[in-house]
Amino acid sequence: MIRWLFALVLAVLAVPLAAQDSMPPAPYAYNQLADEKLEAEAAALMQTLRCLKCQSQSIADSDAPMAGDMRHQVRARILAGESPEAIRGWLIARYGDYVSYEPEVSSTTWPLFAIPVLVILIVAGVLLRRLGKRRDDDAGAKA
Amino acid sequence: MIAEIGLAALWLAAALAVLQMVSGAASLRAAPGEANALAIYARPAAVVQAFLAVLAFLLLLRAFAVTDLSIKLVATNSHSMKPFIYKLTGTWGNHEGSMLLWVGVLAASGGLLAAFEKRLPERTMGATLAVQGFVALGFYAFLLLSSNPFERLPVPAVEGNGLNPLLQDIGLAIHPPTLYAGYVGLSVAFSLAMGALMTREVNPAFARVMRPWVLGAWVLLTLGITAGSYWAYYELGWGGWWFWDPVENASLMPWLAATALMHSVSVLAARDALRTWTIMLGVLAFSMSMLGTFLVRSGVLTSVHAFAVDPERGAFILALLGLYIGGAFTIFALRAGAVAEGKRFAAASREGALVFNNVMLSAILAIVLLGTLYPLLTEAFNVRVSVGPPYFNPAGAIFAIPMLLVMAVGPLLRWKSDKPARIQFELMLIAALVIGVIALVSFFGQFPLLPLLGLGLAAALAVAAVLPLRGRKLVRVPLSTWGMVVAHFGIAVSLFGMACEGAFSEERLAAVAPGGTEQIGDFAVTLEAVTPIAGPNWTAMEARLAVRQDGGEPVFLTPQARSFWSPPQSTSESALLTKWNGQLYAVIGNQAEDGRWQIRIWWKPFVTFIWYGGLLIGLGGILAIAGRLGVDLKRRSATAKGAQRRADVEALGGSGGVPAPQPAE
Amino acid sequence: MRKLSLWIPLALFAFFAGLAAYMLTQEKDQFVESTMIGQPLPAFALDPAVDGLPGASKADFTGRPKLLNIWASWCTPCIAEAPQLEALKRQGVEIIGIAIRDKPADAANFLNRYGNPYTRIGSDRISEVQLAIGSSGVPETFVIDAKGVIRYQKIGDIRPEDVPVLLAELEKAQ
Repeated sequence: MIRWLFALVLAVLAVPLAAQDSMPPAPYAYNQLADEKLEAEAAALMQTLRCLKCQSQSIADSDAPMAGDMRHQVRARILAGESPEAIRGWLIARYGDYVSYEPEVSSTTWPLFAIPVLVILIVAGVLLRRLGKRRDDDAGAKA
Repeated sequence: MIAEIGLAALWLAAALAVLQMVSGAASLRAAPGEANALAIYARPAAVVQAFLAVLAFLLLLRAFAVTDLSIKLVATNSHSMKPFIYKLTGTWGNHEGSMLLWVGVLAASGGLLAAFEKRLPERTMGATLAVQGFVALGFYAFLLLSSNPFERLPVPAVEGNGLNPLLQDIGLAIHPPTLYAGYVGLSVAFSLAMGALMTREVNPAFARVMRPWVLGAWVLLTLGITAGSYWAYYELGWGGWWFWDPVENASLMPWLAATALMHSVSVLAARDALRTWTIMLGVLAFSMSMLGTFLVRSGVLTSVHAFAVDPERGAFILALLGLYIGGAFTIFALRAGAVAEGKRFAAASREGALVFNNVMLSAILAIVLLGTLYPLLTEAFNVRVSVGPPYFNPAGAIFAIPMLLVMAVGPLLRWKSDKPARIQFELMLIAALVIGVIALVSFFGQFPLLPLLGLGLAAALAVAAVLPLRGRKLVRVPLSTWGMVVAHFGIAVSLFGMACEGAFSEERLAAVAPGGTEQIGDFAVTLEAVTPIAGPNWTAMEARLAVRQDGGEPVFLTPQARSFWSPPQSTSESALLTKWNGQLYAVIGNQAEDGRWQIRIWWKPFVTFIWYGGLLIGLGGILAIAGRLGVDLKRRSATAKGAQRRADVEALGGSGGVPAPQPAE
Repeated sequence: MRKLSLWIPLALFAFFAGLAAYMLTQEKDQFVESTMIGQPLPAFALDPAVDGLPGASKADFTGRPKLLNIWASWCTPCIAEAPQLEALKRQGVEIIGIAIRDKPADAANFLNRYGNPYTRIGSDRISEVQLAIGSSGVPETFVIDAKGVIRYQKIGDIRPEDVPVLLAELEKAQ
């Protein structure tokens, strides 16, 4: 029973290694664009795209082959003159909001933006109650 | 036999936790001024329990040290050929062992509290120990019912299963127990807060008892997060030091709550204000550490660091969370209304600044909590979203920037009420530094907004942090004030490192043939050779990189791509060249078909300041603890001397018929 | 007012605890579904992945509904699904393969050992087509209708019980 369990654990752990392909990475997976400005654009975008094969890493932080292929897509498309936001849109059309670490206001993400606004209001309210009124009290006490 | 003794010790400790709980609760029933017969057992129960739980942990440690393969936990997580130090650290490199460490620390802190804390009224102390026993009992139940670390194998294993190579690292051997100890320290703060709330003793005396525990937990959390961040930086191989990953957030949230709590408890101790706030934050800080444990262990969130994931255990932790935190919030809602409001203060006062920053810290906590849990919420509706740095950074900055500005000014203000005009010069200086540095940096190039603001704030904060020392005799400044100065300065240092890393980092990814040279910043990096090498349980390709700064003498860096075989896994070992003004970070990747090697190099100016800052913050906390404890000890011996003197006077026959004050029992 | 606001923390906590408890009971899958279902296949043309079989392009998905199978010789679950692909082929289903990051020799070896259910195999060396159709792993199988519109996505290896499901989806796509 225990042996069997070990074998299972080993098999599970071995999968990532077995599932490694031998192909060289795509041209732009590990190479930068020559144009510094374009490379900076690409790098900024890659930081905000999720590696779909990884647990929770951006494609800029991952050695997974698929992350490399996604980096290639990003750099190649930037080089072809596409804007970073268009590339993000292209990926979102394929994988949904999950692929982007930068949530955009939509029917599924609006609370992410509404709640901080609410927090700002609460913070302002609490501060006014805690601090604002006191000055009046003090003024009243002095008068 | 050893394992059975460990298990028995745990069961006994659990029984004592019940006694501690019942006895502590009994003290609540005692009329003021008299002791309940049952109540006297709470303290001894806590102390003995501490010994038993620590004993259980030491026995498990021994089992790992001698690789006792008849114990299931050892067989699944250790290996007889592993280096000795990793055999020991393997004790808490797994779910059961780390939970045992957790209860060991929990019981030990409960024991310390029970043995040495004599300042609180007995009823409050009883209630506190009851809560502490109740919390401990839940974790004993968790260990004994669902994750017994001492479980035997029917037949001893021939060989152990080994440990994840990522965990065979000294950084990761230290980082989790430091964090756990921090989490557990917050449990004492929680018990004290609940005890004080139940007995309506929320006052400065209670705050002074609570303060060292909060400070201690906060120092451990600070150091734990700092170590974890540096580990991720050098081990993951892409130069990132903070990913806003759910597990990282799970450690950041208790820190944010503990930071707020630490300041709030200081206000309560010094000025008898912010009573309800302190209680609220005490509950919040511990709930955040339990929430963190839940998120890491249950696997409900996707994370790089998730380990020992098991939904059944998740359900158990969630039940404990509901019991403690749900219960605490219920008591809070019922009782907090009855806690009298503390002393009042003006907006422009030290309390005012502290309140402002506590509110800001809570707001940042709310944002981090929201961003971390939001994907969980949408997943309930079968929609998957990702929330990452592009969300956390600006949303956090909305609150962090005003907070840092107020943090610069706050320590310069007087307690209770102050006039901003009094510190006109300091205010002008801080404003000039922020604006001046931002203008100066923007003059040299275009940089992202947040790092730019960070640079301006860091400069202002660094100066503002030492301003409270202005015009004071340095040797006369209390140790705890030094603690504050050092910690605030540490924030500035850390912020400076983060901003520099964000604004000025340079990256070079290239395919390099042996002999080829790449230029990055002032450095010329030459790939001299790539050679295979072998370690104890891995093989690696090691690159030899000659780094020349401005054409000077070369320094050699040797990054490796390692392949472990038990368990089979590959890691990239980055090589770091640390200069006073930054780090050169080199990683070797794969070989291309044309024979060239993938090399990744970063020049990260002042990146080390992030962790130096973290260490300074921790040091500040340690100084503050030392200062406070020193004062407490002095006060204690002074009280003892005073009592002695009064007794002497009384013995001399009373001076002029003045009735000696009756000591209140 | 003050009394009421004291209950807010408990309410927030109860909401979280309820959510977490619900999520614990849910089956946790790591699948990222393609949001291209219902969309036409993007244009592509891939070179042959092995000698002797033609490559694949968008134009091949006409005439009748077909399966698009994303696979690779280095992928272990692909071995497990080979018999099911054979079964589908025997039922008269046309399966067009796309080999991800594969070398011709490796792909040919795989087909020799585990059988060849494909009529065409395109070689996608840089996961270009995989990304374009919103696939996030191997193996994955898509049902493409006669007009070249993506109708259904099966993530992971095809189990015996998935075969009728795929046949039904192909029927639906008529």
